[in-house]
Amino acid sequence: MGLALVLALIVAPEDADQGISQRIFYIHVPIALTAYFCFGLGAIKALLLLWRGEERYDLESYVAIHQGTIFGALTLITGSIWARASWGVWWTWSSNQLVLFLVLFLFYCAYFMLRFSLEDGPRRARSSAVYALFGVALIPVSFLAIRLASDFIHPTVFTRDGPQMSGSMFATFLVCWGAVTFLAYVLYRVELAGKRLDADLRELREVLQ
Amino acid sequence: MTYLADVAALTRKDLRVELRGRDTLPAMLLFVLSTLVVFHFALPEGSGETAAYGLLWVAIVFTALLGLARAWVPEQEHRVLDGLLLAPCDRSAIWLGKTLATLVFLLAAQAVALPAFVLFFEPLDAAALGGVLLADVGICAVGSLMSAMAVAGRSREVLLPLLVLPLAIPLIVGGVGAAVSAEPERFLLFVLLYDAVFAVLSWASFEYVVTE
Amino acid sequence: MSWSQEQLVAAAYGVVFFFVLVYVAIIAAKLVRLQRETAELVELARRKAGGGS
Repeated sequence: MGLALVLALIVAPEDADQGISQRIFYIHVPIALTAYFCFGLGAIKALLLLWRGEERYDLESYVAIHQGTIFGALTLITGSIWARASWGVWWTWSSNQLVLFLVLFLFYCAYFMLRFSLEDGPRRARSSAVYALFGVALIPVSFLAIRLASDFIHPTVFTRDGPQMSGSMFATFLVCWGAVTFLAYVLYRVELAGKRLDADLRELREVLQ
Repeated sequence: MTYLADVAALTRKDLRVELRGRDTLPAMLLFVLSTLVVFHFALPEGSGETAAYGLLWVAIVFTALLGLARAWVPEQEHRVLDGLLLAPCDRSAIWLGKTLATLVFLLAAQAVALPAFVLFFEPLDAAALGGVLLADVGICAVGSLMSAMAVAGRSREVLLPLLVLPLAIPLIVGGVGAAVSAEPERFLLFVLLYDAVFAVLSWASFEYVVTE
Repeated sequence: MSWSQEQLVAAAYGVVFFFVLVYVAIIAAKLVRLQRETAELVELARRKAGGGS
C-alpha cells in the first residue's frame, strides 16, 4: 500500500509542467476512474449474486461499492481543489464530471442507508444488488441529463482543459492511474478480508456459546 | 393474456382500497397545493418564470414520494404481500399493478395541481405537459421498486426519498427542460429513454427484491 | 484566504494521503479488535474442549 502511494507521489515531480495546477490532474482523474471502476465491479458482483445466488457476492459487491464511494468522495474533494486552482471557485455546476459525481455520491450514500435499514439476510443482499445495478444504469443517464441541463442551468463559462497530453505526461498519467488502481485493489482486499473475518468470528462465537 | 389480467386485477384492488380508505390521495392533493402556495412565498420577486417551472417539478416529485411512501404499506401491514407472492401470478405483475395504481393517484393529484399551477404561476404548453406525463411514468416505475425495497426495513419514510431523489434528478432535468427550453423534443426523448431503461430494469428486478 | 497554486496541489495530494492514513488507522484498529476476539474465542474453545471431552 505504502509503495503504491509513494509511487504516485514520486511520479508527480517527474512530469513536465503546464502550470502546476495541471499536476492535480494526475491524482484527480485516476481517482475518478477508479471510483467508476469500483462501482462497475460492485454492479458485476451484484449481477452475479442475482444470477448465481452465492452469498459471497453480496459482501464483495458491498465492499466494492464501499471503496467506490470513498474514492467518489475523494474525487469530489480533489475536483473541488482543482476547480479552485483552475478557476478560483470551490464549486461550479458547469463541470459535468463534478456534478455527475455529486449525483452518484448521493446515490451510493443512499445505498448504505438502504443496507443499514434492512435486516441482514437474502432480502437485503438482493435489494442491495438491484440498487447497485440501478447505479450503473444511472451513470450514463445522469451524464446525459447533466449535459442537457447545462442548456438552461448555466451557460458553460469554464472549460476544462482536455487530456491532450504529450508522451511523457501520458506516461506519468498511466503510472499514477496504475498506482491508484493498485491502491484501490489493496484496500478492497483488505476490507473484504476484514469483513469476512468478522463474520466468521461471529459465527464461531455462536457455535461456542 | 392472464398476465395483463393479473395486472388489471391488482391495479383495481389498489384503487378500490384507496377509494374506500381515502387516506393517500387527499393527502397528496393537499400537499401539492400547499407546496405551490409555499413556493409563491418562497420565490423572491422577479425570480423569473423559469424558476416557477423548477419548483413545479420539486412539488411533483415530493408529492409522488408521498404517494409512494404509502404504496406498499397496506401490503406490509396486513401481510398481504405474502399472499400475493403465493398467488400463481408473475411477480413482476405485482410491481406493474402497483406502479399503475400509483400512476393513477399521481395523475389525479396533478389534475388538480397543474391547473392550480397555471392559475398561480405560469402557463403550461403541450411540451411541458408531455414532460409531466412521461416523467410520471418514470417516477412511479422507479419509485414503486424503491418503495418495495424500503418498506421491509426500519425508517422507511426517511429512506424512500433518499433512494428516489438521485434517480429522480434526470427526470427533473427532462421535465423542466421540456417546459422551458426552445427545443423540448430533446428533453422529451430523454425522459422517454429514461422511462424505457428504468421501467424495464424495475420490472425485471422486482422479483428479486420481494422474495425472501 | 487566497491559496497559491502550489498550496492547492499540495492540498490535493495531501487530502488523498490523509485519507489513506486514516483508512490504515481504521484497519489497524479493526485488526486489534479482531485479534482480541479471536483470543477470546480460542479461550472459550479450549475451555469447552477441556470440560466437554
